[in-house]
Amino acid sequence: MSLGTGIRLADLIAAICFILALRGLTGPKTARYGNLLGAGGMTLAVAITFATNGLTHFLLIVGAMAIGAVIAVPAARLVKMTAMPQMVAAFNGVGGGAAALIALATFLRAPAGSLAVYQVVEVLLGVVIGCVSFSGSCIAFAKLQELITGRPITYSGQQVWNGIIAIAILGLGVTVCVSSFNWLVAIVLVLALAFGVAFVLPVGGADVPVLISLLNSFTGLAVAASGFVLHSVVLVVAGTLVGASGTLLTQMMSRAMGRSLPNILFSAFGSVITATGGAEGDTTRSVRSASAEDIAILLAYANKVIVVPGYGLAVAQAQHTIRELADLLESRGVQVIYAIHPVAGRMPGHMNVLLAEANVPYEQLKEMDEANPEFQSADVALVVGANDVVNPAAKNNPGSPIYGMPILAVDEARNIVFMKRSMRPGFAGIDNELLFDPKTTLLFGDAKDSLTKVVAAVKAL
Amino acid sequence: MNGGDILSLITVFVLAAFVGFEVIAKVPSTLHTPLMSGTNAIHGVVLVGAMLVLGTASSTSQMVLGFVAVVLATLNVVGGFVVTDRMLEMFKVRKSPAAPAEPVSTMAPSPEGGQK
Repeated sequence: MSLGTGIRLADLIAAICFILALRGLTGPKTARYGNLLGAGGMTLAVAITFATNGLTHFLLIVGAMAIGAVIAVPAARLVKMTAMPQMVAAFNGVGGGAAALIALATFLRAPAGSLAVYQVVEVLLGVVIGCVSFSGSCIAFAKLQELITGRPITYSGQQVWNGIIAIAILGLGVTVCVSSFNWLVAIVLVLALAFGVAFVLPVGGADVPVLISLLNSFTGLAVAASGFVLHSVVLVVAGTLVGASGTLLTQMMSRAMGRSLPNILFSAFGSVITATGGAEGDTTRSVRSASAEDIAILLAYANKVIVVPGYGLAVAQAQHTIRELADLLESRGVQVIYAIHPVAGRMPGHMNVLLAEANVPYEQLKEMDEANPEFQSADVALVVGANDVVNPAAKNNPGSPIYGMPILAVDEARNIVFMKRSMRPGFAGIDNELLFDPKTTLLFGDAKDSLTKVVAAVKAL
Repeated sequence: MNGGDILSLITVFVLAAFVGFEVIAKVPSTLHTPLMSGTNAIHGVVLVGAMLVLGTASSTSQMVLGFVAVVLATLNVVGGFVVTDRMLEMFKVRKSPAAPAEPVSTMAPSPEGGQK
């Protein structure tokens, strides 16, 4: 067996590993095994590449890999679970950047005019998609890390400008294909970076996870394009797998939010609110707030409490405290369950990960469909740091930007307790009518401080 | 590359696209985040391409581009798998209480759990 055949066989095995890894990741029991299988396939694909005919600069390659690994491992191990979405965005962005650089390097290497049109098209696809994914992920990272505002950033003629950039990229791309003005690729690169930024700016913070999923599939396609450039089957297979499955996953995520993908990408939340916000934007209405002791009494003498955790709980790192409270209530004979909205936290499934981290028993976690019928018989719905996912405007107000999103039926519980930092609306920037409901009690403050006080008050009872 | 090669690559592309759609037809929403992170790690295979560029570089500019590409791609692949594994490790912890007879040790907090 020749070396070339060996490499191709190894690539085939790696491709099979990736497919099985994806399949494994779709089930809770097989997920971890799937991820390890993917890592195994990756190790094989990388190891066999060292055997490629004519490959030199081994020291440089190993050095570069060492630098990457030395940065990536601590970053990935130490990142807080709440910061996971932006971590994924960052790792996704660098992948897109690498794909763009590969296509660019291959293009610069070829003598001017020596590439066939289809080869130039492959290069351009790699550069453009890779750059959009890179700069888009950077902005998504900045939004989630709150380096820039999570609100949609809009300016007049935004869609027109995006259209102009897209057309310019297309026009310059065609020019590069039919002429020998190779330096135009540099302008295409810059424009693609600008397009990635412009594309992400108007997307509201709450929608950014869906966007990251979309950018993830973009990077997959960029990798596939660079696979075409380098004639590498394993790059084409893995890139396309991610591109296709990522697109489907993006659709599933937006469906979980009850919205369509174009709606998420192009209807900046902010502009809609100014149109409908007039009647409900008034914050001078009275709300009822209470002390931690009042809340403790309400909870301790209830029969059934449903906890609705949201991103605020995660930010405050209060998942352990909420579990302590739940244990305490259970020891007093109160039934406690957790109602998990599909997009609680900032990504689908994010809240499950956070609560699992705090060892909340699995059988207490209820998915939305399971939890909603329970609210009618609940004495208290304890909403900790969640807002949009319990906002009845999604059911009642067709003018609301979140209208149609499935929500938790918190309004059916006998009492509602909101633990909130302030009267500020949620991540989507929409006021919540439920805060003004007569059966609602508010406890202002950091979720962890509030919960700690309530725990102390329950113990004192 | 001749016409036959590009056609066989396109064949691979189309088939892989179908497999990508089919293989994740049903995913519970709890696994959306790990799946996104896992697919993110898999496109880190771009590292192979970056290695080929750096390993066959003949000029300084090629070497710089290749070197940066290898660093970025390694970040993608290593970070991607480690982050995904960390998330899924927690799912395993969550699953074990389903069997009450399990020894207590399996319910102990994961190493990350203690750091928070």
